[in-house]
Parts: sequence; structure tokens; C-alpha cells
Amino acid sequence: MHDIATSPAGAAIDAVPTDVVTAHEITRVYGEGDTSVRALRGVTLDVERGKLTAVMGPSGSGKSTLMHILAALDRPTSGFVTVAGARLGQLSDTDVTKLRRKHIGFVFQFFNLLPMLTAEENILLPLSLAGLDVDGGWFEDLLRRVGLEDRRTHRPAELSGGQQQRVAIARALVTRPTVVFADEPTGNLDLRTGGEILELLRSSVQDYGQTLVVVTHDARVAAIADRILFLADGLIVKDLGRSTPHEVMEAMEAITPQ
Amino acid sequence: MRKVALRGLAGRKLRALLTALAIVLGVAMVSGTFVLTDTIDRAFNTIFERSYAGTDAVVRAGGSDIAYQGLTAELPGIPAELLEQVRAVPSVEVATGLVMDETSAKILDRKGKAVDTQGAPAFGFGVDPSPELSRFNPLNLVEGRWPTGGTEVVIDAGTADEQRFALGERVKVASLGPVREFEVVGIAQYSGVSSLGTATFAVFDVRTAQELFGREDEFDAISVAAKQGVDDEALVADLEEALPPTVAVQTGDERADEERGEVAEFTTFIRYFLLAFGGIALFVGAFVIFNTLSITVAQRTREFATLRTIGASRRQVLGSVVLEALVIGVLASVTGLLLGVALAYFLNWLFRVLGLDLPTTAMVFAPRTAVVALLVGVVVTLVAGLFPAVRATRVPAIAAVREGATLPGSRFARFTPYVAVALIAGAVSLLAFAMFADDLDTEPRLLSIAGGTLGLFLGVGLLSPKVVRPVAGLTHEPARWVVVVLQVVAYPVTLAFWLLRYAAFYADRPAGRRAGAAAWALAIVGAFSLLVALLGGGPVLALVPLVVPLTVIGMAVAARVSSFTPEWPLDFPDVRPAGATARVGRENARRAPGRTAATAAALMIGLALVTFVATLADGMKASNRDAIESQVRADYVVTSQDGYAPFVAAAGEAAARAPGIELSTDVRSDLATLAGSDRYLTGIEPGRIAQAYRFQWLDGSDAVLSRLGADGAILDKDFAEDKELAVGDRFTAVVPSGQERQLVVRGIYEPPPFYPLLGNASIAKETFDELYDRPRNQFTFVNVPGEPTEAAKQRLAEAVAAFPDAKVQTREEWIAFQDADFNQFLTMLYVLLALSVIVSLFGMVNTLVLSVFERTRELGMMRAVGMTRRQARRMIRHESVITALIGAALGLPLGIFLAMLVTRALSQFDVQFRVPLPLLLVFTVIAVLAGIAAAVLPARRAARLRVLEALHYE
Repeated sequence: MHDIATSPAGAAIDAVPTDVVTAHEITRVYGEGDTSVRALRGVTLDVERGKLTAVMGPSGSGKSTLMHILAALDRPTSGFVTVAGARLGQLSDTDVTKLRRKHIGFVFQFFNLLPMLTAEENILLPLSLAGLDVDGGWFEDLLRRVGLEDRRTHRPAELSGGQQQRVAIARALVTRPTVVFADEPTGNLDLRTGGEILELLRSSVQDYGQTLVVVTHDARVAAIADRILFLADGLIVKDLGRSTPHEVMEAMEAITPQ
Repeated sequence: MRKVALRGLAGRKLRALLTALAIVLGVAMVSGTFVLTDTIDRAFNTIFERSYAGTDAVVRAGGSDIAYQGLTAELPGIPAELLEQVRAVPSVEVATGLVMDETSAKILDRKGKAVDTQGAPAFGFGVDPSPELSRFNPLNLVEGRWPTGGTEVVIDAGTADEQRFALGERVKVASLGPVREFEVVGIAQYSGVSSLGTATFAVFDVRTAQELFGREDEFDAISVAAKQGVDDEALVADLEEALPPTVAVQTGDERADEERGEVAEFTTFIRYFLLAFGGIALFVGAFVIFNTLSITVAQRTREFATLRTIGASRRQVLGSVVLEALVIGVLASVTGLLLGVALAYFLNWLFRVLGLDLPTTAMVFAPRTAVVALLVGVVVTLVAGLFPAVRATRVPAIAAVREGATLPGSRFARFTPYVAVALIAGAVSLLAFAMFADDLDTEPRLLSIAGGTLGLFLGVGLLSPKVVRPVAGLTHEPARWVVVVLQVVAYPVTLAFWLLRYAAFYADRPAGRRAGAAAWALAIVGAFSLLVALLGGGPVLALVPLVVPLTVIGMAVAARVSSFTPEWPLDFPDVRPAGATARVGRENARRAPGRTAATAAALMIGLALVTFVATLADGMKASNRDAIESQVRADYVVTSQDGYAPFVAAAGEAAARAPGIELSTDVRSDLATLAGSDRYLTGIEPGRIAQAYRFQWLDGSDAVLSRLGADGAILDKDFAEDKELAVGDRFTAVVPSGQERQLVVRGIYEPPPFYPLLGNASIAKETFDELYDRPRNQFTFVNVPGEPTEAAKQRLAEAVAAFPDAKVQTREEWIAFQDADFNQFLTMLYVLLALSVIVSLFGMVNTLVLSVFERTRELGMMRAVGMTRRQARRMIRHESVITALIGAALGLPLGIFLAMLVTRALSQFDVQFRVPLPLLLVFTVIAVLAGIAAAVLPARRAARLRVLEALHYE
């Protein structure tokens, strides 16, 4: 463990074939003493390569906390997480950042683009932060895929919500990360645009073999997933394969306390 | 509403503090100036009041009061037998004769050099210590007794202290004649005055003083006390009746007022001089406050909108922002007022270090100081806060429910460029008027210059948002590379800092490794200190590297006693240039051009003034050199130690007797009334001066010098034109003793206007010596056969060694000495202008802190997608450096422009215009350093944001 922590973050990646993200008995407690809240109470899971995994649960179920810990934005109180074979634990802030840079992409509910950069610059930001060059062919392909070829010099303020989220998705995919986490990616969009974004996410898994984890409380979103994990009160209570929105809704009702 | 404003302010303490700091320094400068100048005033007043406290009337030579360029001519003595006549007047109780010389009594230090009074008086007194005359004596013995006989002296406590002279020791004192040795029998001070500044005094018995200061059988003044019941005016009338008309009689109070008036002019000048810098700092502070309040108002758009939805009127919103400004203004002014007292000590210290030591008493804190400082601070803050407050009222209630609502633009925004251009045009014409208008008094002229400069700064400030985008683009690459160079230079320090923090805070590393890191760090610090010492940095500078370990110790202590947590682990320091982060930083600087521009404009002001001073100074130095080189032919110049005051004529005679010289010629100088105007009159040696001084004759030639005779004079061009005098015309010269002399113009020449070495009129030395009681030399020029050598200079120096006030220099050394003197004055200007740069630094910190706060979520996102802490810091730093460079890009040309204008205005003095490129480079680097310093705290905040919390930040 000590060795992994001090070695460069990417060293152990190629060794792990299938599971790109694993969690082992993780708990997360906020606060101390009487006022403490146990957001996660022992979650073990693994995210499969090239699959779209959805994490569902009512608000307060701990699904956001789980995502933050899996994405190396937060640390578990106990248990441990591996990403691409590297065990997060005592990695320094810089090493964690470099790990995120290389292996993790994010899609946020509120897009979170930099207003003063163009669409293209926003998409390329992770690469330029890492000091890496762009693979021109891949980038053009990606732009076409997200439908932004003729929007590349526009600034976020000149783009619609759906277009902004497309920029954010392209930004998450551009580094070809081991895993992309999407947190309520359609939460801030209307129904039709949300549907287009879901199609785009789905196709990124199918066409590029991108591993994707979506956190949502929307059954329609979960219905595009290969696997759906239901979280309630800090524990995984159900693990479904591909399901229809109706099945997802029923499962949700079953776990939601009346 | 009041509660909302006050609670809001309390909730943003750091911001309020940073905002307040912007005005604190300006207020401190104002109150410090008043405290210091009041103290100096009080000291002078005490001196004059005590000097004449027991004196009802003063008898002095009648003569003629002649004053020019702040100097007053010395009156001749009065015959000693007058004292008996005074005592015989029935209404006189007692009277005593006083000998006093203001410049000649130079006390020598232990190395045999005259104690340098830096242009302040070196008093020599002759005092009669009889007990019945003690009422006339303003001096108090600290120890010992008054002198009797020709070998005893009493010296002032300041000199005794500084030179560690004790009672019974022998001390050398120079006077009009060669140095003599005396025994210190007493140490005295002016009662009620703690320090005389650099001034010194030496007290002798009356007869000795008469001998030393050329007053054989004469006094400088007779002090008189009236009999009981006789009022001062009656006494003066009685004396005037009894004494010959060649003397003048004044009451003691009149005399004290007269002397006080002479000095008051000087302290008033210092007061306005310093207040100007306080004004500049306040002006810069106003920029900072305006900008900070504008940003916070913009950030609180939703808060104001919410207030409007629940029924707050526009007036109430306005009131709440104005109240916030008022509270900040009051707090800042009170703090500034108190800080000013401390600043007064600093200014006094600064003056002393730079050789302008002034007499002081206990610090004087007048009510006026408090009133003015508080008023100025509060008013400036309120005025600066008014515009943002009005903007706040423009927020519509609907903004409360709109996502990402922004402050509506000002209705007048589209007129801004026109207003700016009009303001600049008006300011430039005002400046031109102030500088080129002919008959303008000093006061309106100075006010016009100040107003024009302020207008120019405001106009450029208003226009500057337009240049932010292009200039940010232009400065982007230089900013990156200057930072890299500075990082390379500072690398040993950064490395030592990192190693020490490793040792101090890396708890889970083995003790051995941590100790090793500490050892390496201390070795680096030690090597650095040694290097500084070897490079001649002196012991104080050599201790500077110790700041590194002290900072780490401070951090460790702070971590123990407060909630401060040192940032660790930290990346190993490197010096690679910032890439993508720099680009984001540049875009951040560009995204709110108004904000960046206002921040940069504050820095611009300080930089413009520094550049102005540097450019003008460079031109003046060049003019000075040219002036001296074109006039002086001589190999050596003998001057007084300070280079400006005249020195005793006997020193010139001694130089003439030095072995191995080819020629020595004296230039006497003193004040006279020439054709109705008080001017300098010089006495030259007709047969010799042309070999030492190069005349540019307009009418005449070197041959006219030999025809000067007893009534001939040569004039410089300006004076001749001014008085419409041509060769052959006659004019009258009146000297201080009241003597008049008809002179004939024999020649007219044109000296370089920047520094004419001779007076407006020059006459033969013999004539000069007939007219003046105690003739003094301004210069003695000396030529040696062949090239000047070190040995020749040595012989010359030995020849004048008995006159410690005389100094021998080659022409080149003389120029260098004047440059050094001028540089000291420049240093003072730079230090005072640094104040306004510091104020703008607070503004930069403020803007960056507010921007970091506003962009929290963006920072969170960037950290999430792979920005390291170091990259976050570099991004903020780059934004800061670019802002600073925008300030430099505006300030340096503006300063050069102002200098050009002033150079033009001073063209009659032949001031040259030269752009000091190396200095401009230095100022640019200083701007970059300011940018780096301003970014430290905001960058730390940005780097330490928790990614998760930042992402969820609203």
C-alpha cells in the first residue's frame, strides 16, 4: 500500500483488466459525536469496464457521497477505493489530481464551463492542464460526435443548455479517461434536450467502449444503463441489469420509505 | 436596513479590513505629517521663545536685510563700546553683548573631521556667564560649568552624546581661523528641546568668541532687559534715542517673531511636501475603495434584489451601501490617525537617515491633526463609495429570481470614453497652462499641476478598461518569462523554504530525513548570508536570509496556538513556466476589464510618479554634469563639506600655499541687493579666474577681467536682460552692512542656466573684501602642472587640513558627489512614493480575493478535471502579474509624458530629457514583484479550496 501511494499515480494501471473502479466496505461519516451522520454504511462494489452503470436512490440515500468517493473527490471514513488498480488512500493532493486528470472524467449537472474560454478551449482544458498534446483526428471525431463542429469558437454564454452540456461531455471524454462520472447530467435540461444528452452518453459507451457511471434519481436516465445500483440509507439494496423506466420506478418505490 | 448593512460588513471582515487598509495609509501619512511638522514647529518656537524670553529689546546693526532663495544675509557686527552706552540708558536694568555665528563653529569628531551638520547651523556663541545676565541665556547646562578664558568650551548635548565627548576632554573646533583645541568644561542644551537635529553649538567666553568669529571689539547683538515698570516699546524708544542711527532696535518679541517666520517658511514647505504624498496615497486609496465596493456590489446583486422584493426602497439600498462606506471610512481614519503618530517617528527617522535631521521636542498631537485626518479619510471613502452605491440602487427586484443575474450597466456607461477623452484633454491643457503661463503665482501654479495630474490619472483610469484586452495579450508572454527568471533567481530561497517545511510539518517521515532536510536548508540559508556579506551587503542585509527559517518557525508556532494549518505536503519547487494555467489566468484578467483596469490604474499612479521622478532626475543629472563640465577648467575644486555652504576664506589662502600647484583662485560669494533685487554677488580674482572658469562671452572677452578695477562688474545674461543693463551702464550694489557701491558693467557672459557657478554679478575680490565683514569662499579652484595626480590632491588636502570644513575634489569627484547628494533626495522621494504603491498592492490583493471568492465553483471544476494546487496558485499569480504589468504599461509612458512636459516647462533652465531605460526595467520588475506579492494570499486561498465544497458552492 505504501508503495503504491508513493509511486506515480499511473504506474499500476495496466495490471488490472476488468474492474476499473472498486470500492471495499466504504463508510463515510460526516461530523462527530451526537450530530454525526452516516452517509455510507459499508458499500462494496466494482464498476465494469466498458459498461454504463447507474447509481440510483432517493435524496439522502448517499448516492452523491458514493460518487464523490469513487471519483476521488472525497475520502471514505473507512474502507478503500481503487481506481484503475491504484489504491486511493494516502495519495497526496497532487497525486490524486494527476490520477483524476488521467483516469477520471466529470459531467456536472450545471455544466461548469469556463465562461471566458471558447467551446474548443473548454473541451481541451484537461489536456492543456496536463500539458498533453491533442490527438487531432480523435478530437475532430469527438466534436462531430457531440455535434459541435460549427460551435467550436463560441463561448458558453452563446450556447444553449444542451450545447453546453455537450461541451462538458466532450471535455470529459477528450482525455479518454478510464471512467467518466456524470452527476444528474440532465437535471438542468428540458425533457427533449435531456433525451438527446442521454443518447449521446449511451453512444459514447457503445462506440468508444467508455466506462460511465451516472448518478441520478431520474428513472429515465437509469433506463439507459447496463446495470443499476440502488442505494438507500447508505447501503446498496438492489443490483439490477438493464431495465425499463417502469421497472426502475417500481424498484425505487420498493426501497423508498413510505 | 442599517442592521443589514452592518451585519453584512461584520460577515465580511477580511474584505472590510483589506478595503480599510487602502485608506489607512493615506490618513496615516496626513496625520503623521501634521504630528511631525507640529513637533518641529514647537521645537523651533521653543528655541526662539527661550532665546528671547528674558530679553525685552535687541540691538543689532542697522544694515540692510537681504534675502534670496531662502537664505538671509548676515548683518555686520556693532561696536563693543555701544554696550556701555546701552547700560547708561536709565530705563535699562541689565544688558549684555552677544557674539553669535551661525555657520563657522565646526566641532571636529575624533577622526579630525568636522561633524557634518548637513546644512543645519553650526552655532558659535560667546556668552557672559555672570549670574545677573543668566536671564539672557537660553541654554541650560546639563553638566559642568560655563567657559572662561581662551581654552574652554561648552558643547551641545547632542554632539557630546553622538561623539562621546566627556567633561575634561580636549576637543578641536574650527572657526574663521585654523582649528584650535579646547577643553570641554560643560555640556548644554536649549531648555525644552530634546534634539537640535543635526545642528550643533559651541559656547565660548565672550572674548574668545570675538576672536574666533572676527568680532574683535564687536558684538553681533546686545540683549537688553528693562527696569521694572518700563514696557518694551518705551525701552526701544529710549534706546533708539540714545544710540547712533547705524543700529536697529527691536523688542525681544519682534525679534523672536522674525526668526520664527524665517523658519516657519521652511516647516511649511516640509508640511506641504509631505502632505502631497499623503494626498497621492489617498487618491490611490480612493481608486481601491471604489473598485472594491463596485465588485462587492456586483457580487451582492441578488442580495439587493431580494431586499427590493421585500420592500426596500432605492434610497434604503443607497443608504445601506453608503453606511458601509462610512463605517469603513471611520474605522480606517481612526486607525490611520493613530498609525500616523508611529509614522511620524518613521518619517523623522527617514529624514535623519537621509541627512535632514530636524530639531524635535516631545511629539505634538494637535486637535487639528485629528480633525483633518478623520475628515479627509471619511470624505475620501464616502466619495469613492458613492458611485458603487448608486449602481446598487439600479438592481431591479426581478434579479432576485433570475439565475446568474448581473448588475445592470450604468446609464452613463456609453459616455465614459468621451468623458475620459475630455478629461484627459482638459487635464493636459491645465498642465500646460500651469507650466507655461508666465505670470502665475506659485500657489495657483502648483494647484493647477496637482489638479491636472489628478485629472490625467482619472481620465486614463476611465479609458483603461479599453486597453485591458490587448495589453493583457501583449504582457502575457513577458509575464511568464519574467516570473521564470525571478523563480530561478529566488530558487535557493524557495528550496530552503520547502526543505524547512518538510522538516517541520512532514510528521510521518523518519526523524533522520527531516533533520537532514533542515540541515540542508540551513546550509543554503547560511551560504546565502555569506554570499550577501561577501558581496558587501553589510551585516544587516546578510541577516535577511534568516527570514526563511523565522517564517517557518512562525508558521509552526501559529499552527500550535491558532487554527492555522500549514499547507503540507507541497510539491517540490520547480521553475517551469506556467502553460495552460497562464492562459486561463490571462483570460481571467480579461473577463472583467473594468475591474482589472481599476486595479491596474491604482498601481499605475504610483509607477507613473516614480517614472516621472526618475526621468526628470536623470535629465537634471545630465544637465548638472554638462553645466559643470562647460564651466570648470580647473583640475581641483575646494568646497565646504556639504558642497553648498560657503567656507572660511582662510582655507582658500591655505590652498594657495600648497606646494606644487600652478594656480589657485578664490570665488567669494554672498548676498547683495543688485540694481534693486536681492541676488548673489561673487568676488573673483581678475588675473586668474579665466584659467579656472570658462566664460561664454556675449559682450566682452577674458581681457575685460583685467580691467575690472574697483568698480567693474561682469553680469550674466539673464540678469543683464532682466535689468536692461549693457556694457558701460552703471548700477548700485547694496551689501548687508548697508554700504552702497556704484558698479560699471564691463562684460556680459552666458553661463549654463541649470547651474551657474558664479553669482548674477561678479566683482574683483579686493572690492568684495572691502564690502563684506567676514568674506567667505564658495569655491577655490586649483590647477596643477600637467595631469592631476593622487599625490597632488594629497598635498592639497594636507594644505587645507587645518580647515576641516574644506574639501578637495577633482572636477569629476565633485560631479559624482553632487550626484550622490541628489540621489539621497531621490531615495526619499522613492520611499514616499512607495507608500502609494503599497496602497495599490492592497487593492490588488482585494480584487484577487474577491475574484477567487466569486469563481469558487469554477476553481472546483478545474481542480476536478485535473488542475493541481500549484497550477491553481500559478493561475492566480499570472492574473495578478498581468494586472501589475498593465499598471506598468500605463504608468511608465504616463510618467515619461509628465517628465517631458515638465522638461519643456523648465527649458529655460536647460533641463535635458532622457529616458532612463535601465530604471524603467527595474520599475517593471518591481511591478511584477508587486503582482507576485499581491497574489500570495489569494492564490493560497484558491489552492486550498476543497474541490467538493467548491463544486457545490452557490
